[in-house]
Amino acid sequence: MPWLNMTIFIPFLFALLVPFIYKKFTPKIHTGWFVLVVPILIFIYLLTYIPAISNGKFIHSSLPWIPSYGINFTTYIDGLSLIFGLLITGIGTLVVLYSIFYLSKHREALNNFYVYLLLFMGAMLGLVFSDNVLVLYVFWELTSISSLLLIAYWYEREKSRYGAQKSMLITIFGGLAMLAGFIMLSIITDTYSIREMFTKVDSIVSHSLFLPAMLLVLLGAFTKSAQFPFSIWLPDAMEAPTPISAYLHSATMVKAGIYLVARMTPIFGGTAEWFWIVSGIGLITLLYGSVNAVRQTDLKALLAYSTISQLGLIMSLLGIGSAAMYFGIGDESEVYTVAILAAIFHLINHSTFKGCLFMVVGIIDHETGTRDIRKLGGLMNLMPVSFTLTIIGTFAMAGLPPFNGFLSKEMFLTAVLNVSQMSVFNMESLGSLFPIVAWIASIFTFVYSMILVFKTFRGKYRPERLEKKVHEAPIGMLLPPIVLASLVIGIFFFPNILSNYLLKPAVASILPSLAMGGEIYVKKISAWHGWNTELYMTIGIVVFGTLLYIYLRKWIRIYLFYPQSMTLNNMYNSGMEKSEDLFQSITNRYMTGSIRDYLVYIFAFIIFIIGGALWLLDGISFDHSQDASISVYEGGIVISMVISAVAVLLSNSRLTSIVAVGALGLLVSFLFVLFRAPDLALTQLVVETVTTALFLLCFYHLPQLRKEISKVRFKATNAIISIGVGVVVTIFALSVNGTKLFDSISSFYENSYELAGAQNIVNAILVDFRGIDTMLEILVLAIAGIGVYTLIKLRLSGGDENEGTK
Amino acid sequence: MINFILICSLLFLTFSILAISYRLVVGPSAPDRIQALDALGVNLIAGVAIFSVFLRSVAFFEIILLIGILSFIGTIALAKFIERGVVIEHKRSE
Repeated sequence: MPWLNMTIFIPFLFALLVPFIYKKFTPKIHTGWFVLVVPILIFIYLLTYIPAISNGKFIHSSLPWIPSYGINFTTYIDGLSLIFGLLITGIGTLVVLYSIFYLSKHREALNNFYVYLLLFMGAMLGLVFSDNVLVLYVFWELTSISSLLLIAYWYEREKSRYGAQKSMLITIFGGLAMLAGFIMLSIITDTYSIREMFTKVDSIVSHSLFLPAMLLVLLGAFTKSAQFPFSIWLPDAMEAPTPISAYLHSATMVKAGIYLVARMTPIFGGTAEWFWIVSGIGLITLLYGSVNAVRQTDLKALLAYSTISQLGLIMSLLGIGSAAMYFGIGDESEVYTVAILAAIFHLINHSTFKGCLFMVVGIIDHETGTRDIRKLGGLMNLMPVSFTLTIIGTFAMAGLPPFNGFLSKEMFLTAVLNVSQMSVFNMESLGSLFPIVAWIASIFTFVYSMILVFKTFRGKYRPERLEKKVHEAPIGMLLPPIVLASLVIGIFFFPNILSNYLLKPAVASILPSLAMGGEIYVKKISAWHGWNTELYMTIGIVVFGTLLYIYLRKWIRIYLFYPQSMTLNNMYNSGMEKSEDLFQSITNRYMTGSIRDYLVYIFAFIIFIIGGALWLLDGISFDHSQDASISVYEGGIVISMVISAVAVLLSNSRLTSIVAVGALGLLVSFLFVLFRAPDLALTQLVVETVTTALFLLCFYHLPQLRKEISKVRFKATNAIISIGVGVVVTIFALSVNGTKLFDSISSFYENSYELAGAQNIVNAILVDFRGIDTMLEILVLAIAGIGVYTLIKLRLSGGDENEGTK
Repeated sequence: MINFILICSLLFLTFSILAISYRLVVGPSAPDRIQALDALGVNLIAGVAIFSVFLRSVAFFEIILLIGILSFIGTIALAKFIERGVVIEHKRSE
């Protein structure tokens, strides 16, 4: 097995070992220490690829899975997937380290936790390294499932289960849509490999399935990355343990959708639909997330909405950057290439500072016992390290120097300003909205960032509201956020190292058509870029943001005006309830529990299907040329049969019906005689008599025999259905009789004496030519006999509870 | 000539069966219907016999005997049902 493919399986294999390790070493050693090895090793292994990738090489290895269907486990590393791989393993390492100190080895079920976490890590690695769309989908669903398990880690809490169910419903809904999109893509291109799809872009764009495929793939990406309006699952996923929130719901899984959009940009990019949907939804999400984050009182919920908002920012940048595909190689496209660069850059930045912030919030929760902003305050002197880390994280999130968020925020503003000048895709009319929306959203981002720092750490310390005595966290818990915070500052001062080694190949892999000629043009990232519009906008953000924060108490009540019933969450909840009620009532309407109704459905189905098929396929044809003549006495017998049949239907008592049925049986046997079938007539007679006797036996057991005798309930529906079935079957039989496609094979059985030594053809067929049928019919009779015997003899105590209730 | 007579007999038998089915439907009581069923059996015996002669075949002779036996059993069963309410009496249960 190639090393690269092995890398993806290591977390899965180690997950198998975790329960044994847990059993052996608990409570002496925290299980997390053993798990820590896995992400570190993979991280170091992936680091060795950086030189090759930054030189524009690709690493590719394939492992056959279902080769006959063209489904191979193909892994492919380029700049984009390497960045994701490093994020997954790097932050994974830190999260595992953090969780060792966060989760108690005495109280928590650590074996479950680390199995789920490793499962997720492996799935996420598989997702970003897969080249085959179906394999990608498999890993995609694995991340959904492991995320479900991790959100519901404290499954005894109701809110955890609610959050887990919600996230599962939404992400799996999107995942299935994405699968449909992938299948459409593979129908268009006749391949499952993403790289091979890149070479067939021209045929994809002109295909009629282009738009459906694009929409379905985007649905998957948007649900996973919590874009508007599918963002509602992310705040509820905050019921997970904080390491999980930091890892899955800020740094890795929610970026799977971003990864997918970036990965699919070479296929769909350059079209107006892609540009508008991706950047439009991204901007809406950006605004929605930042506006909603301000009103949150729970620190994790605030961070969740901030994550939604930042993901929207990255998404909109990817949309804007796809315009570069439209312009092709040239100066004009370079302007939009910056957007892609900004997207990737902000993706890394966001993972660092948001991971750091989540971990700090976890520390605060751990040390004070609450995450409620209204209870917290004045922690600055008590938790100086956490305070510093929060300052770094939030100021990076708000986009202030000297933190990495400043650089990517500036690039974001550059991109929206550039795109507002664009002259294609109808941007002349709506283009000016882009910078305005971005600017307003950035102001709100600034406001909630300030809330996060100052409401938690400044103000008055109120120990009476807190459950615990507050003190600084242990060093092990602080170490992972310290590493991330130092990355936040480090990237600000040396952005171009990151840019040269990781960002440039990533941009090249998102825009392969522009990188054809070798090197792709990437602007040098610099902290100081002169007095330009972006800087003025940033100054405006700080000024307005500060003003809004100072007067927060005055205007925060505006949120109360927004009706509770109009929130997306409420719509989701009532939608779920109403759809359950709706389907319940639909099911109750036709699943009545009455056999008569089900028979009506079945017979109506027969009428419509057989009758409809006869009608539509021109099957109705009557041919009387072959018919034998009818003698008078035959007609008379048939008439008396009809009379007795009608008597069965219209009789007033059961006994009359039985007698009429008996008469019918006798007449049928006479009909057999008239049609020269002595064996049939014999059997018919005996069976008829036995049946009559059995009916009489049943009568004895019917409760209140004489009183219950009532008229057969006559209903119009019954009549219509039964007449319909009769007519359809009659027409069908007559039509079949009229169209004989080939001669009968009965002439073969005429020499039964020579072949089987039998003079009776019927009996020769029954026991010789087609003896197996007879054997199985004997079996049927045996089963029926045993069944009757057991039903009578095997009366379980108490009997059926429904018996006798009527 | 003989065929004509046979067919005529079959026709009369058919009229007879039609008349019996009238009694079968109209009743008015259960014993009337049971008697009609019994008479139907007798008519069928005659019908099968005439038809066998008409076909010059002995293949249906068993049917004649069988109808005789079964129509007797059927009538007895029905009669017993009317008389006692049961067809087969369980001595043990008494």
